[in-house]
Amino acid sequence: MQAIDETTASQDRRAPVSIIYEWLTTVDHKKIGLMYIAFALFFLLVGGVEALLIRIQLMVPNNHFLSPQVFNRLFTMHGTTMVFFAGMPILFGFGNYLVPLMIGARDMAFPKLNAFSFWISAFGGILLYFSYFGGSGLYAAGTAPDVGWFAYAPLTSKVFSPGHSTDYWSLSLFLSGIGSIGTALNIVTTILCMRCKGMTMTRLPLLPWLYLVTSGLVFVAVGPLSAAQIMLTLDRYLGAHFFDTQAGGSAVLWMHFFWIFGHPEVYILVLPAFAFANEIIPVFSRKAMFGYPAMVAASVAIGFVSLSVWAHHMFTVGMGPAGNTFFVFATMVISVPTGIKIFNWLATIWGGKISFAVPMLFCIGFLFQFLVAGLTGIMLSAAPFNWQLNNSYFVVAHFHYVLVGAILFALFGAFYYWYPKVTGKLMNETLGKWHFWLMVVGFHLTFDFMHIPGILGMPRRIYTYEANRGWQGWNMIVGVGGVIQAVAILCFVYNLISSYRHGEDAGTDPWDAWTLEWATQSPPPSYNFAIEPTVASRRPLWDLKHPEDPDSDYE
Amino acid sequence: MKCIVNLVLNLALWLTWGALPAGTAAAQSPTSIFSPAGTPARSTVQLSMLVLSVTFAIFVTVAGLLVYALVRYRRRPTDDGHEPPQIYGSNQIELSWTVIPVLIVTTLFLATTRVILSTEAVPKPASAMNVTVIGHQFWWEYRYPGLGVVTANELHVPVSSPKTPTPTYLTMSSADVAHSFWVPRLAGKMDVIPNRVNVMWIDPQQAGIYLGQCAQYCGTQHAKMLLRVYADSPSDFAAWAKHQLEPGRTDFSDDPVAAEGQKVFMHNACINCHAVTGTPATGRYGPDLTHFASRDTLASGAIENNPENLRKWINDPNSMKPGSLMPAMHLNDHDLGVVTTYLSRLK
Repeated sequence: MQAIDETTASQDRRAPVSIIYEWLTTVDHKKIGLMYIAFALFFLLVGGVEALLIRIQLMVPNNHFLSPQVFNRLFTMHGTTMVFFAGMPILFGFGNYLVPLMIGARDMAFPKLNAFSFWISAFGGILLYFSYFGGSGLYAAGTAPDVGWFAYAPLTSKVFSPGHSTDYWSLSLFLSGIGSIGTALNIVTTILCMRCKGMTMTRLPLLPWLYLVTSGLVFVAVGPLSAAQIMLTLDRYLGAHFFDTQAGGSAVLWMHFFWIFGHPEVYILVLPAFAFANEIIPVFSRKAMFGYPAMVAASVAIGFVSLSVWAHHMFTVGMGPAGNTFFVFATMVISVPTGIKIFNWLATIWGGKISFAVPMLFCIGFLFQFLVAGLTGIMLSAAPFNWQLNNSYFVVAHFHYVLVGAILFALFGAFYYWYPKVTGKLMNETLGKWHFWLMVVGFHLTFDFMHIPGILGMPRRIYTYEANRGWQGWNMIVGVGGVIQAVAILCFVYNLISSYRHGEDAGTDPWDAWTLEWATQSPPPSYNFAIEPTVASRRPLWDLKHPEDPDSDYE
Repeated sequence: MKCIVNLVLNLALWLTWGALPAGTAAAQSPTSIFSPAGTPARSTVQLSMLVLSVTFAIFVTVAGLLVYALVRYRRRPTDDGHEPPQIYGSNQIELSWTVIPVLIVTTLFLATTRVILSTEAVPKPASAMNVTVIGHQFWWEYRYPGLGVVTANELHVPVSSPKTPTPTYLTMSSADVAHSFWVPRLAGKMDVIPNRVNVMWIDPQQAGIYLGQCAQYCGTQHAKMLLRVYADSPSDFAAWAKHQLEPGRTDFSDDPVAAEGQKVFMHNACINCHAVTGTPATGRYGPDLTHFASRDTLASGAIENNPENLRKWINDPNSMKPGSLMPAMHLNDHDLGVVTTYLSRLK
């Protein structure tokens, strides 16, 4: 008996090296998903610290806390980090973990490609931050890119951006782009080819459906971005003149390339957030999703229309009335399928028995904040209003409502919802509620009040401002809100770690949910399902629990 | 009707963006988009009122329904544990919340198109004044092709009245990177892009100074690429233009300090970048200094134009505006003093 104990103990001691080796070489979709999430959480914290520094600098007018160079690097790194190394990987992480489980598959279609995609994305993130050391020669600290995450030409040409900081920016995005395309390919193939028996496309849960649309968008959108990065590098090193205006190149060409990626990118990020809400809201309302076919149709419609709205970022480049009118129309149209989604969520909770557990609280926050984000989006789509508000703090407030108010809130909901599946432990509810309420207060102080300096004429990307503009009070509130959000996120990180050690055991299905990932044990074994499941409706676990009244009768 | 719209606007701003009485905040800021002083800015505010009212109504309706549902259908302690009745969808309801938004969107689209056309597609009146705007890192150059005036950073335009409209047409391009011209009280912004010519018009209707700044990130000192538009009465504008057209003062025989400063200026690299009409200085890289002392500000509106600031500026521009492309001239104290005097005399 003692001998056996010793064996176990020595295995635990041996663990670090072999555990690290196992994670480095794994092709298990769940482990890769978790690595994506860990990597993205790290960059979320880094990007968050950058945001805090930016807000501290702007709390008072004529502040000397940061120099203009440092400030410009911070907002460039903040934007690039949050979009490419926090947002995309965290959503791919959840997709990687959940999609095979929810469709009853044992792994992704291409496990090795999956590992490759993760590692090359991670390398992209490391390369971006290595610019702090290598931007203009090794050890020249503080030479990160300072051209903005949008990197408009010709500020990125060799003349205006000497040194290598811009090269670090473009190469890191190029590499992470390869990873994104690889993951998208994997997700599409997995969903189309590896569904379990009985799972037709009309019985596919909404989360995989939305990941399918998102992955389609990644194909179409990331390609142009990668092409633009290659063209920029050719400009900088081989004397091409795509964007080099001093030699006759076009600055507007870059804008088209960038936004033909950049707008679908918003939907690449927000569709997975919809996906989380689609899974969480019905379970905590105890209702089937209202209008499943309409939800799928709306998502696909959003995917298509999002490809024809990119120039609404360019209402101020002088496209002329015809171009402007077209993009006003396309942009306003996208609010119709988006509205359908909000109404369907509303109809789903209508008549339900809503429990306000932490995942649901975050989804409720998501619903209200996404509603406001959509409405300010309609305001911005009215071109003349946009001529005033474009590149002002109103726009910053609007898209942070989407990225934080909608996406990050839905993500937190997803963390609390699927944490028991991943670890077998529940996250602490009390800490979770502290996290939620601090986040709500911090979020609204920050981003509600950020609209106002925008309508009072404050442009974005300025490191300081004059005292007589009437902006300082609002910026002070915004800064305080930022600090409260930081506290909320520390609360969340603490909860993640402490619940892993001391959390309550969750069992396989703590939320009494209906999709397949809850049919296997928590945490799932490496093969996911001992016996491949068979399904007859959109809610296989409902059918199992209510044999007297199965869903399959109604679909 | 207007007061109802205003009330709704105020409520909308109040509810969605915190305790903001739009009027007071607008009055405190010289750059508020809600205190328009020209036609394009005014028609934008009118459109904004419509858009804000519609979005506010949608917000109140949907958020109200959500709050109602959350309160009415919350799980109660007395709950019997049975699942609620399941509803899988309804074609009529779903059709209605597709068709109604389509109608709302159509209305907003038509209203928006009308403002786009009335701003971007109106014929240019014969009485219009033309100014060429050239964006530089990090200052503005203004040329008046009809008048022959060249100036920097402080744009003078005539006030336009409804009876005799004299809008100013700005033909804009950039000498280096992308910038954006934005004076919120006069009009929306228009990007200023190299290898591309954009046009916008403004017609300030009260005399005064209108502030703004570059709205497109253009490099290190993007923040202090400020804009000042002086709307002068027609007679003031004519007087200003007449003065600007006179050659700069070149004879300083009565003022030995300034004369020495002029010599220092002409024998240093200053003349590679700056022009002073009637002298060997013909540089075009930096602002034209012919009537430099008639401007209120230095460094594109960043600092007040007085001899003390000017001296500091010439000595080390980067200490006042980091990233400025004007190099420190490394003049000795004496030369710095006389050059300052010389430039201060260039009325």
